Amino acid sequence: MSTAAVTDKRPNSLRSGHLPKWSPWAIAGGSVVVAAGIGLGAGLSSKVEWGLIAAILYVLGTFVIATMVEGKRQAKDRVATSLVWVAFLIAVIPLVSLIWTTVKRGVKVLDPYFLTHSMGIVADSEPGGGIYHAIIGSLEQVGLATLIGAPIGVLTAVYLVEYGRGKLARAVTFFVDVMTGVPSIVAGLFILSLMLMLDMQPFGFAGSLALAILMMPVVVRSTEEMLKLVPNELREASLALGVPKWRTILKVVLPTSIGGITTGIMLAIARIAGETAPILLLVWGNSFINNNPFSGAQQALPLYIYQQYANSSGSTAAYDRAWAASLTLIAFVMILNLVARGIARWKAPKTGR
Amino acid sequence: MDISTKTTDASPPTPQPAAAGKRGAARSTSRPGDRIFLGLSRGSGILLLVIMAAIAVFLTYRASLAISKDHGNFLTSFEWNTNIDPPVFGIAVLAFGTVVSSVIAMALAVPIAVAIALFLTHYAPRRMSGPVAYVVDLLAAVPSIVYGLWGALVLVPHMNGLFGWLNDYFGWTGIFSWDGGAPRSMLTVGILLAIMILPIITNVSREVFRQVPQMHEEAALALGATRWEVIRMAVLPFGRSGVISASMLGLGRALGETMAVATVLSPDFDIHASLLNPGGGTFAQNIASKFGEATEQGRDALIASGLILFVITLLVNGAARAIIARRKEYSGANA
Repeated sequence: MSTAAVTDKRPNSLRSGHLPKWSPWAIAGGSVVVAAGIGLGAGLSSKVEWGLIAAILYVLGTFVIATMVEGKRQAKDRVATSLVWVAFLIAVIPLVSLIWTTVKRGVKVLDPYFLTHSMGIVADSEPGGGIYHAIIGSLEQVGLATLIGAPIGVLTAVYLVEYGRGKLARAVTFFVDVMTGVPSIVAGLFILSLMLMLDMQPFGFAGSLALAILMMPVVVRSTEEMLKLVPNELREASLALGVPKWRTILKVVLPTSIGGITTGIMLAIARIAGETAPILLLVWGNSFINNNPFSGAQQALPLYIYQQYANSSGSTAAYDRAWAASLTLIAFVMILNLVARGIARWKAPKTGR
Repeated sequence: MDISTKTTDASPPTPQPAAAGKRGAARSTSRPGDRIFLGLSRGSGILLLVIMAAIAVFLTYRASLAISKDHGNFLTSFEWNTNIDPPVFGIAVLAFGTVVSSVIAMALAVPIAVAIALFLTHYAPRRMSGPVAYVVDLLAAVPSIVYGLWGALVLVPHMNGLFGWLNDYFGWTGIFSWDGGAPRSMLTVGILLAIMILPIITNVSREVFRQVPQMHEEAALALGATRWEVIRMAVLPFGRSGVISASMLGLGRALGETMAVATVLSPDFDIHASLLNPGGGTFAQNIASKFGEATEQGRDALIASGLILFVITLLVNGAARAIIARRKEYSGANA
């Protein structure tokens, strides 16, 4: 026993045995084959179970083989590596499945007719109808929310970065952080409590107000980060030329960081475009076209998806519409994201580093 | 413009005598433009504070209306009958469901998210990590209702196998017993929430791991550490506060998540020991599901439950901030 312990300790990583480079792949392949064997033998129908068995075998196999050949420390390292890979693969599966299902089932009814017609009198369980009313509603509500939320957010960020000293700035910073965590349904309830007090009926702009509340902290955070990236030399150069501070901010600081600010705003728009809960409480939904966000119930894409799912009692036509609307919504959000990132890369401030 | 050419000094004194006279010498902002701009930006900062205060005040007011009429115990009643007179409702079931589903989500999501963040920063081949990080970014933007639709129509049918297995081997614990009904239960909700908050936790953790000083890692490597030891000794200690804040962000989202829970869960108003049998509810889900049929009195009751949710998320976020602030003082490096 004692001699074994001594000989175990002596070899260092330079002299001890090494597994060949292909060994992780070999172990992975082996564990998949064994897992398939077990799965077939035990009659497990679910492929998910096969995968989990394979993952466990892979981690265990790596540990055992590496301990035998390379020693404890290397084995731990290899186990960590394999765990990280397994975690990555586990996470990828649902995410890929989500995108794949949405695209596959979404394209079924997604055509120009679907995009240019409202539901009208089409019953939830019947095929036909479209999302035109929902697109109009979403665009108006999100647009109005952006008109309110973006300027306030940017100005607050300017205050925090350019002027913010003392208690007020610290309070604002703290509450912006807190506000980021306000659930969307709470923002909806807040506006709802106002509407209850003023005895108002649901309408689109109420939803916009809730969305604006959700948007502001996101815009503040991202704009703040961008303004902090602007080199101080630029501000000092401008101030040294005698330019007033407000003109320095408007003409030097904001233009320098405009790319990042736009990106932040677009990402915030992408976030609020998918919010359902406040719309459900405040805008109600409507199967007809209502172009006026200031009066009467409207529809919005996320709410449309929910209602097609929830009110249809399992009709395939409604599910198809829900998937198609999901695909439209995801496409909208993704395009916003891609464009925003494009702008960020194109207009990135030159920090000189 | 001619004013600006006259000021040769930096900011403090301005050549406009009227403005300089009115304001104290210590104030640097005495031009009208400056004052207006400062007023605007400070005003929007104050507006944010006012909105937060207004949320608290209005929710509390409406909630107090509802709770004063409540004939049950608001904290312990296992009932939500708001349309009868007098109404009987309580939040015990909702609080339980919210905590359980969020705990499941965190237990599943945090380890995997940290692993993915490590994968992206330290393990993945360089050619792979860029696109994968990009995909994770995009997935963070997928609307929750789409997750909900996917969860209800794709994830739920796939849970039967797992539920059966859990029931066979762990059913004796009571937590994993299953009566074979549709798997629209707290565990499914927790798994779906875990998937939803995964991208956020991953993104924030990744940013933190990326900021680990190269020197620390190289020093560890130079001492002969394996890659795992580098991560354990240099990367994780540095990133701990970041990971905590990322997890709290995820937790906040899981607590307040509405639509995904509302589509997947088949709710009732009881506390179940089993995570696999359908039933239970969360604050947000209950608001969304009960809102349609609620009278004004019922809406006030829902607002009261929303107030509790608001307070919980405030506490979670405040705690996260406090942890980060304290960690920052100790770790000399902050980003």
